[in-house]
Amino acid sequence: MKETALMMIGAALVNNVILARFLGLCSFMGVTTRIDTAAGMGMATTFVITVSAMADWAVQHYVLDAYGLGFLRTVTFILVIASAVQFTEMIIRKVSPTLFQMLGIYLPLITTNCAVLGVALLLVEGNMSLIGATLFAFASAAGYSLVMVIFAGLRERLVLAQVPRLFAGPPIAFIVAGLLAMAFMGFSGISTV
Amino acid sequence: MGYFERIFKEPRWGVHPDDHKRPAADAALRLLPPPARVYMPLSQHVGGAARPIVLVGQQVHKGQLLAEAQGNISAPIHAPVSGKVSSIGEVTAPHASGLGFGAIVIDSDFADRWIDTDPVADPFSLSPEEITRRTAAAGVVGLGGATFPSALKFSLGKRLAVGTLIVNGGECEPYLSSDDRIMRDSADQVVDGVRIVMHAIGARVALVGIEDNKPEAIAAMRKAAAAYPEVRIRPVPSRYPMGSDKQLIQALTGKEVPADARAAEVGVLVHNVSTCAAVHQAVRLGRPLVERIVTVNGGAVARPGNIFVPLGTQVDELLAFCGLNEAPSRLILGGPMMGTLLAHGRVPLVKGVSGIIAFDAREAAVPRAGPCVRCGSCTKACPMGLLPLEMAAHIRSGDLAGAVDFSLTDCIACGCCAYVCPSHIPLVQYFSHAKGELAARERTRLRSEAAKRLAEARLIRLERESREKAEAAARRQAERKAAKALAAASASQAQAVVT
Amino acid sequence: MLSAVGTLTTMGLVLGGLLGTAARYLAVEENPIEAELQSLLPGSQCGQCGYVGCAQAAAALARGEALVTLCPPGGKAIAEALAAKLGIKVDLSAVADDGPRLAVVAEEICTGCCRCSKVCSTDAIVGAAKQIHNVIREACTGCGACIERCPTEAMSLVPLPVTLQHWIWPMPANV
Repeated sequence: MKETALMMIGAALVNNVILARFLGLCSFMGVTTRIDTAAGMGMATTFVITVSAMADWAVQHYVLDAYGLGFLRTVTFILVIASAVQFTEMIIRKVSPTLFQMLGIYLPLITTNCAVLGVALLLVEGNMSLIGATLFAFASAAGYSLVMVIFAGLRERLVLAQVPRLFAGPPIAFIVAGLLAMAFMGFSGISTV
Repeated sequence: MGYFERIFKEPRWGVHPDDHKRPAADAALRLLPPPARVYMPLSQHVGGAARPIVLVGQQVHKGQLLAEAQGNISAPIHAPVSGKVSSIGEVTAPHASGLGFGAIVIDSDFADRWIDTDPVADPFSLSPEEITRRTAAAGVVGLGGATFPSALKFSLGKRLAVGTLIVNGGECEPYLSSDDRIMRDSADQVVDGVRIVMHAIGARVALVGIEDNKPEAIAAMRKAAAAYPEVRIRPVPSRYPMGSDKQLIQALTGKEVPADARAAEVGVLVHNVSTCAAVHQAVRLGRPLVERIVTVNGGAVARPGNIFVPLGTQVDELLAFCGLNEAPSRLILGGPMMGTLLAHGRVPLVKGVSGIIAFDAREAAVPRAGPCVRCGSCTKACPMGLLPLEMAAHIRSGDLAGAVDFSLTDCIACGCCAYVCPSHIPLVQYFSHAKGELAARERTRLRSEAAKRLAEARLIRLERESREKAEAAARRQAERKAAKALAAASASQAQAVVT
Repeated sequence: MLSAVGTLTTMGLVLGGLLGTAARYLAVEENPIEAELQSLLPGSQCGQCGYVGCAQAAAALARGEALVTLCPPGGKAIAEALAAKLGIKVDLSAVADDGPRLAVVAEEICTGCCRCSKVCSTDAIVGAAKQIHNVIREACTGCGACIERCPTEAMSLVPLPVTLQHWIWPMPANV
């Protein structure tokens, strides 16, 4: 129990997908101009990561390992992820047309969001049980969503700030992202052991 | 004021600017000789402009009705001098835009002949409705600057059964002293006006709030109100904007007016001391509102003081009467905190003007605005408890909805935030801009809604027309057929007769 | 080799089948946002946006083919409402909103041909044959449809005159 909790905290904060592993950076810069968009993207990605992690775990155990097809891992995982994204897209389009419009091109691009594939590959390497893998994927995705929302909040404030003209827009956003990453470094400790 | 009061009773909001009221406040009231020409604007109040009922060339007496109220919220306009109506046209409005508005121009005959007035010996024998009617007919509006027709406020107070009348003698704006002067010189008139207003709205108590920087006015009002226990004189701490109704109500009664409510809804009604004096004139003497006391002050004025002026007099004329040390670097109608910036002095004085301020170059200097340093001084100063820096930041980035989320609509534009801002950011201008922009968008929305209705009505009309056309064509065809059949029948009949 | 091909083909078929079934159950017939967008547009069918009417413009907006700033009579207010509905951010300072405009008739040129009043989508032009026409201010949307119809060039668009009630404080100059 304690171990699971620690694993989840580790996945969400210490080894944060965006700020520690630097995965999923395109959506991190792309859809964080508004908090509600970022939260929507976070939820969609969380759903995709969790669902595809479970599916990928099953594929890894019952197909790839069973037939000794380890070399097909990346291809099959992408296949699974792409299907999960399509499914998510259909749901969002049905449930919230506004969110669908807001996410725009970034929604299909979850397919190529390296955070999704990255989490799937990480959990395969970790040799986890199905429940452990699901929790790990969910915690990683929650960490992703958290950082997305925090960064979107910062960027909403940045719009109001009187930034020197040369730094206005993406440059100051990158600087702020760096500061945020440094803050998250605190979770892993600064010692170099 | 003792230390205890200073710490616990002094309001936490607002600012305390150097009031610059003296020596102008102490100078005796002077009378402006009737000007040769007055420009009486048709719109000197909140609401619809008055409708002229005089003709060019017509002879008018002082106090004669020039234009009648038009619409639900409006007030009539009366002649401030006797003379001849020389034209009805546009003059520059006392407004920061410098745009024009309609006015009736009267050439004075210098006789100052009043119309036959209808004095009432005992106004308390009149019904409240009659007092309201007389006040409306006299064109009395809120003289503190809001210029809302007073009679409408009376009916509102009566309807909502207001128990307390708050009389605003705060006059918190620096430089101005016209209310101070009227309380010192005509305290009896003010108190009488207060009692008439109480009678009109059915209030039991009147609380007269006077800032404690006007001891002479407090003493005079106490003396005049000594015989009437229901009129209570209450000194309030000198703190800008104590003269704003919500702040004064809170200081005097402890009640806070909710954001989207009017003062009457918490059981009080606020009237200015000058308005009460005007009500006294209107009801007891039957004289319409055609003159008022105006403070002329500022570094550029040679003999600052309070002047009794006919309305419609040009600012330049009044300034010339008081003398100028130098050409004013900035002309402000009203107080320096909330007044209206004038581009030039060829602007008529209207009912709501309590003062003219002519700043010299030193007073008018505006420091360069810098970026916001987020010190938070403005949030401490804001009497409405808003966050001016946040509102301004949202407005600057074009996010008006965000500014409204920070309660932009509650801003009373008092100017405290801009006054304390160490970066000299023109915060109030941001808010004025945003409020105007929001109003413009609301107008556009209403317009496009109306256009939608019209377009739908047109479609229905076109449909109906084409249907009617088709029906008419069908009818005509049927008629033709019938006629043809009839003709054929009669022809065959005729043939039968022939054979 | 065969097992790899077989595995991938099977997976593809299974997932494809699942998605196909899901698509049937989660189908969205019409873009539901379209109706909401149309209700925001002025509905005067003036055609200034380049589409035939407001319904077509709304459809284009819903498909993401048109900009929210497409409606000249709507100005900033409508652009903002559309952007909020579509959940996109738009820089309204760049919108060329030269304020509401108004059609006026040059009375000395008007021949009273009645052509303009027929195209006016809000019936804002009054006048009978051989009589000088006039525009009702309150009803004119400034769409300009009448301008091209006038054979004598008597119609023109003028900015709505600024009055005391319409004047707004300018934004302070940026520091």
